[in-house]
Amino acid sequence: MMPDLAIRVENLSKQYKIGVSQERYRTLRETLGERVSAPIRRFSPANRLSAANGAASNRIWALRGITFDVRKGQVLGVIGRNGAGKSTLLKILSRVTDPTEGYAEIHGRVGSLLEVGTGFHPELTGRENILLNGAILGMKRIEIERKFDEIVAFSEVEQFIDTPVKRYSSGMYLRLAFAVAAHLEPEILVVDEVLAVGDAEFQRKCLGKMSDVAQEGRTVLFVSHNMSAILRLTEETIVLDKGQLVMRAPTGAAVDHYLSSGYAQTGERIWTADEIPPEAVPFRPMSLRVLIASRRVVDMVRSTEPVTVEIEYSLSAPVSGLRVGVYLLTTRGEQVFTSFDTDDAELYERFTTRPAGHYISRFTLPSDFLNEGRYVIGVNASTFRVKRYFIDEQALIFTVDPAGAPGMQWQEPRIGVMRPRLEWQIEAL
Amino acid sequence: MSQTTITHRPSEEILVLRPSRGWSALNLIDLWRYRELIYFLIWRDVKVRYKQTALGASWAIIQPFVTMVVFTILFGNLAKMPSDGIPYPLFSYTGLLPWGLFTKALSDAGRSMITNRSMITKVYFPRLAIPIASVLSGLVDFALAFVVLIGMILFYNNNPNLEYQVVLTPAILTLPLFLLLALITSLGVGLWLSALNVQYRDINYIIPFLTQFWLFITPIAYPASMIPEKWQLLYALNPMAGVVEGFRWALLGVDTAPGPMIAVSASIAVTLMISGLYYFRRMERTFADEI
Repeated sequence: MMPDLAIRVENLSKQYKIGVSQERYRTLRETLGERVSAPIRRFSPANRLSAANGAASNRIWALRGITFDVRKGQVLGVIGRNGAGKSTLLKILSRVTDPTEGYAEIHGRVGSLLEVGTGFHPELTGRENILLNGAILGMKRIEIERKFDEIVAFSEVEQFIDTPVKRYSSGMYLRLAFAVAAHLEPEILVVDEVLAVGDAEFQRKCLGKMSDVAQEGRTVLFVSHNMSAILRLTEETIVLDKGQLVMRAPTGAAVDHYLSSGYAQTGERIWTADEIPPEAVPFRPMSLRVLIASRRVVDMVRSTEPVTVEIEYSLSAPVSGLRVGVYLLTTRGEQVFTSFDTDDAELYERFTTRPAGHYISRFTLPSDFLNEGRYVIGVNASTFRVKRYFIDEQALIFTVDPAGAPGMQWQEPRIGVMRPRLEWQIEAL
Repeated sequence: MSQTTITHRPSEEILVLRPSRGWSALNLIDLWRYRELIYFLIWRDVKVRYKQTALGASWAIIQPFVTMVVFTILFGNLAKMPSDGIPYPLFSYTGLLPWGLFTKALSDAGRSMITNRSMITKVYFPRLAIPIASVLSGLVDFALAFVVLIGMILFYNNNPNLEYQVVLTPAILTLPLFLLLALITSLGVGLWLSALNVQYRDINYIIPFLTQFWLFITPIAYPASMIPEKWQLLYALNPMAGVVEGFRWALLGVDTAPGPMIAVSASIAVTLMISGLYYFRRMERTFADEI
């Protein structure tokens, strides 16, 4: 064993039951029923076989044979799409749940932040919740009292500290919750996607605090979907996919691999029949997709690469003057642009009347176009001044990652929705 | 939770997380380390309990007091229920005190794992802290209601129209033991219900029914002496019977100590609690996945 080891994870696996027991809770009657029928079923080999198969298909491996270690003082990133097993891994390491196989060894006091504000009670005041939440996170009372003023100052809710938190705005609530968590001082810190909440200002502050923690020489395991946070805070990163560890590499390489190989979550919106209002006829939206150059459907794209957006739909009757288009907004609600497939005069002439059939309308955003952030695509299908067939203002959300974009050498957020690569010239006169 | 081995080294502790199977140790040391959390959980329960109620903490008194009044009218005056020579209000109120502690524990502890679900799925702590805190927080209500009992005893002793006098005997020194017995019983039942409730939400429906049924087999509205001699020990299998009789003996100076009855009740209560602790610990590791 290496002397400076903080975490050792050996062949760790976690199996979850899905299906019946996850959809609804077991009732006593079911269990009693199973107990009674089990011995009877056991006599028939055929039944036993099918029962075993049934049981296997009701279980999924959220983690399968994960092995890695973390040195003391190392800040390790964990990335992977939703369902890759990141949260399960963190839950095991923070002792919330047991592994099914394998083991993990942790050297030192662990603090885990799977969520901020765990155990916050809406009826209690800010002050009371700090004490309670601190205790839940494993802080000693003396420790909480010693850091109390610091926590309050960090949260910026001094004025409301004796107000029940149910009267807080969501921003205040999050700030207070994060403030308590940020003052946890374990030797090993396990952090899940806690930075994904709150406004930009708040996220910046959290990120700052996190990098302080990282610089203090503590061991941190950091899960995030925010690639720039991962790039900024960690030197090394592991990539999980479908419960398995697929890569461990210096963060730059791992993030690159993750973004370019389409591990990111599917960025596709499919409309089912019941989501389409009757007045949409003859227009029938089918799907909306965000794709990268390799034609992979993704929900996270790089600012430095072109992005294609496709709308697939069918027409059950010819429509004249139809325009199918998108709105692009930031998740903060800023309009970025609106664009229709027949904006171009030539296409407009060609599709004066669109015959019944199956269509895809697509466009490509150039590289170095959007700034980092989350964007919402809305869909609109209408005939100008005649009829709006279909509108879905929030059809799909995707994330733009700035890795490699201009100006990344400065660790600061760039204001604005665009991040163009402009041809600057510097002339000495 | 995980079967954990904590080894103390000069500088660090090593925590080993591995799958646990079968029965696990109670790991009361870990619980002791988290005693401050238990304290804070009790404190939260107490703080929150009567928030945004018009009458606030007086509910802790109103509930047993009104029940006592109703019992006195129905059972004492109309049904002429015997009460071992004690004025009926005093008789029933003394029984209602530990009963209130018990029913509160039954319903609060029984549901506690569900109401604290978000904590259980997000952070580690000994899960036992939750039902334990929820049983102990009932002590605050108990203390408030107890003040009223003292008032009632003083009232009866200073009323010249009444022949009855509460004579304090050395038996009162045993009161903490009966209170402890009430807590052990409450915790025993609370642990079983809370652990079962994680997997079987039927418990939510069973609790009100169970409380009602249990009231009938506990000597609150009637004295245990009504039960025929030969059935007394069987009757004492309900640990609350021993608790209630013990309370009356310790506080009201009833002359016969309900010795054998209490011995039976106490052994059942301890069995309930220990089995409850082990069952809870056994089920605990799946709580976060099943809840």
